[in-house]
Amino acid sequence: MNLIANMMRSKGDPKIRRSGPSSLSASDRMARNLGWFSIALGLTEMVAGRGIARALGMPDKEALIRGYGLREISSGMLCLSIDKKAGLLSRIAGDGLDVALLYQGLDRHNPKRDNVALALAMVVGIGVLDVAATKLALAQHGRDPGPPRDYSNRSGFPGGVKAARGRARETFRTPADMRENPVVA
Amino acid sequence: MRALVWHGKEDIRCDEVDDPEIEDPRDAIIRVTSCAICGSDLHLFHNLIPAMKPGDIMGHETMGEVVEVGSGVNGKLKKGDRIVVPFTIFCGECEQCRRGNFSVCETTNRKKHLAEKVFGHATGGLFGYSHLTGGYSGGQAEYLRVPYADTTHIKVPDGLSDEQVLFLSDIFPTGWQAAVQCDIQPTDTVAIWGCGPVGQMTIRSAVLLGAKQVVAIDCVPERLAMAQAGGAVTIDFEDESVIERLNELTGGKGPEKCIDATGMESHVSPSQPDTLLDRAKQMLLLENDRPHVLREMIYVCRPAGVISVPGVYSGLIDKLPMGIAMNKGLTFRMGQTHVNRWTDDLLRRIEEGQIDPSFVITHTVGLEDGPEMYKVFRDKQDSCIKVVLKP
Repeated sequence: MNLIANMMRSKGDPKIRRSGPSSLSASDRMARNLGWFSIALGLTEMVAGRGIARALGMPDKEALIRGYGLREISSGMLCLSIDKKAGLLSRIAGDGLDVALLYQGLDRHNPKRDNVALALAMVVGIGVLDVAATKLALAQHGRDPGPPRDYSNRSGFPGGVKAARGRARETFRTPADMRENPVVA
Repeated sequence: MRALVWHGKEDIRCDEVDDPEIEDPRDAIIRVTSCAICGSDLHLFHNLIPAMKPGDIMGHETMGEVVEVGSGVNGKLKKGDRIVVPFTIFCGECEQCRRGNFSVCETTNRKKHLAEKVFGHATGGLFGYSHLTGGYSGGQAEYLRVPYADTTHIKVPDGLSDEQVLFLSDIFPTGWQAAVQCDIQPTDTVAIWGCGPVGQMTIRSAVLLGAKQVVAIDCVPERLAMAQAGGAVTIDFEDESVIERLNELTGGKGPEKCIDATGMESHVSPSQPDTLLDRAKQMLLLENDRPHVLREMIYVCRPAGVISVPGVYSGLIDKLPMGIAMNKGLTFRMGQTHVNRWTDDLLRRIEEGQIDPSFVITHTVGLEDGPEMYKVFRDKQDSCIKVVLKP
């Protein structure tokens, strides 16, 4: 990647010789991977909704599966954005909806219930990954639980606020291009 | 040398890169002694400002010691001088520079063709920012090439520490210009949205300029505490209605002067439902910025008042109530800071002890810790308000 980055540099700009550790944490990378997975799965559900519904022995659920595809794509986009916590939480909620749908397909009259069981196992597995990624993201990107530091003595005015109030008016005049309309009466 | 390099969204690394060299007779090279992470660096970190390239060196709040000067600097600088580097690069000769509008210098943007296509006209060159503003390497590094160094510098007198003068590079003159362009009168209430580093400097500037009442709006407790320490009445928008409180503080008339020190990344919160919609639109690329603060300012500002915008916006915004702004006869003033227009005056105020901008520093670390500190600053962990890096 550095090679490509260096090729794009303007003439005279420093080129990268060796890269250091990235600010991207493990949870950021996990959220990104889950985001791309979510988008890929969502597109598959939207494009191949009928085939998936038949494979699960639930042909009447085709429209619902396509709708879930849209939901997956939205979650994926959230995971790839800076609001990755919201994206991961929406994935967990989506896992719940997937489990609820698949549970209906475990009916013993469904000839494709083995496929449903396999799909359910996969959803549960991914769900565990989603929960782990969310816990990591919440821990790494949240504010500290304790009380904030005390900055109540940081006025920035060595002589105190009272002495500073209006001090600049003694010597400073607003430039002509920044003055407001004068009072006319 | 080592430098903090942008590799993509949320991906900053402390890399080994080539040392800068003199490219033009007006250049100088400085050894960086202190630099800082700015709130607008977070917009780049989030990849919300267009035209960044992998390999770009970050940073536009920098100072250091001159180690090399080009032949065209004409004695304005010499080796060993301590200088603060303003984030706006300016030539000092073009029509805009002669008017003091240094941030829209007509000469220094070396990627004018790009800027003209996007902005209509090119603005000045900026350090460590988008290629729309020249794509110049930034100062979160061990060394920095300063183009147009004969004009683009602030000499530091003996006896002042790095911490006292570093913020002359950006946030102090930015807060000052935000207040000055309101033309503050002794009868004015000045409302300031955002208590980050620029907001803090704006509060101090409004106090120095003699506002009757300065009101600071945020939701982060330590930032509100720092604002209060600087002489502001505070409003926590998670706890109370900003509009009701501002009207209460002004006898129902609204503040005469409103300052947006927040910019494009307004806090997203269910208590501000429009921010949720803006965030969704941002993700779908239907809108660049979240202009909640602009909407609120236009609504609450006193008729014939002034709205000042030092906060950075990147592109298109949605649902801006121009009808209200027009009918109320509001004046808008905004822009990148014309840093050197103000720095002689501000440096004197620091020397005289009127103000010490170092109050805002909450974290000082080495350059190698920079990537981690971007996250700490972004997530407001450890009560972080301002990070200074020591290469």
